[in-house]
Amino acid sequence: MTDNLTTLFSYAPQLWDGLKITFLLTAGGAAGALLIALVLGLAMASPYRWLGIPARIVVEFFRGTSLLVQLFWLFYVLPLLGANLDPLSCGIFALALNYGAYSAEVVRSSIAHVDRGQWEAATALSLSPVRMMRRIIFPQAWLLMIPSLATLLIQLLKGTAVVSFITLQDLTDRIDQLRQATGDTFFAYTVGLLLYFVLAWLLQVGMDALEHRAAVALGRREKSGRLRSVLSRRHRPKKEVLG
Amino acid sequence: MPGTDETPQSRADGAAAAQPAIEFIDVEKRFGDNVVLQDLNFSVAPGERVTLIGPSGSGKTTILRLIMTLESLTDGYICVHGRPLTHEKRGDRRVALPKKQVRSNTKRIGMVFQHFNLFPNMTVAENIIEAPIHVLGMSRADALEKARALLKRVGLADKENEHPTKLSGGQQQRVAIARALAMDPEVLLLDEVTSALDPELVDDVLGALREIAETTDITMLIVTHEMQFARDVSQRVMMFSDGQIIEDGPPDEIFTRPQHERTAKFLSAVLEH
Repeated sequence: MTDNLTTLFSYAPQLWDGLKITFLLTAGGAAGALLIALVLGLAMASPYRWLGIPARIVVEFFRGTSLLVQLFWLFYVLPLLGANLDPLSCGIFALALNYGAYSAEVVRSSIAHVDRGQWEAATALSLSPVRMMRRIIFPQAWLLMIPSLATLLIQLLKGTAVVSFITLQDLTDRIDQLRQATGDTFFAYTVGLLLYFVLAWLLQVGMDALEHRAAVALGRREKSGRLRSVLSRRHRPKKEVLG
Repeated sequence: MPGTDETPQSRADGAAAAQPAIEFIDVEKRFGDNVVLQDLNFSVAPGERVTLIGPSGSGKTTILRLIMTLESLTDGYICVHGRPLTHEKRGDRRVALPKKQVRSNTKRIGMVFQHFNLFPNMTVAENIIEAPIHVLGMSRADALEKARALLKRVGLADKENEHPTKLSGGQQQRVAIARALAMDPEVLLLDEVTSALDPELVDDVLGALREIAETTDITMLIVTHEMQFARDVSQRVMMFSDGQIIEDGPPDEIFTRPQHERTAKFLSAVLEH
């Protein structure tokens, strides 16, 4: 065990490099996925079929094809068509497309779940569709989206592990190298589990903070006690005062 | 005649002032096979306060929703101050107006809902100034000044920066009334505005509406079960049954000497309640 720990410490810089690649893939993939999700999700939520139907086709296509095959396609097929992408960009694109398609459906359904009365009140005030979406519907849909987007973000983090297939030395790849260096499969993969778990937990804390902020903006939660409530995750939306 | 290809006239024009504030011409509304309104014709004069009564499902709320363009009519025409609202007649064809034009037509129509429908992501003041700024093009300072005056009028001068969720139902509904008034409506639609309120909160809301009815000349269409309020505020009551107007007259007449058996039955059921 002491030997293993010594190896682990001497191997820390390489693990750190792997973490950085995993972080870049997660951050880049999530940013791209959010952008794609907003564009496709809003298109699917729009009353115009010429917008909704193409968006739906794109979403179903990328949800219905494997992330690994999408990754291979970008890495091996795209160069045949004359476009060369470096492995990191390939990884980010594949993750953004795949998780963007899943998240688009979250965006669409959250918009559809905003109370009918809100749309009606905005219509009664003759607000333009863009204004209505930006100022009234989206801020309320955002709160509904966050829990599902948080789950997808953590899945995306774990999904980054597939990039080791296209020569990227991410966290998973470095852990495999650690396994070879220590010769201890149990030790290396347990370190791997713990590192991914800590990353996922940090993401969840971040998303909980976002959710808390969104709930405060809608008057569903109090501003105070934020950090404690985020860490304990015991907060529940307050019942609205009606009647 | 409104609804024909005659050029719409401006309201400032003397001739336009004589136009009904609201006119239903052969209106039909069906949801699938369910016909809610059929061949409905009536008009409301500018400044008139009309209460629509009738059993639930008789189509009265649908009428308000059609005027607010929350539902689309399946046939016929609605004109507001002589201007076609959503469809116009061109020759023999019934043509839907562009959405932008419809939105412009509804600018001066306000609606207050049963469940208030305040925007929870905005403060009370923001709820009120949003549309005056972005639809009517008012400056923020002017809109805010107006919002404060309206809040004072409905007895909520100190609630400007509150979140709607912190208010009682009666307070929320009074903010909703202020929000509708901030658009300087020519027509105000009140859809069972006290039905979701606890009994002790009803009076404040009705008091605010009474004051508005007394001090403005806004045309009002009211759907309510508050018969005393209907009697005090409106000049005219229309009794609906199965999507048809079965009785139409001044409140004193309808409430004390209903001509139709259904009206009598409905009124006794409501008053007993």
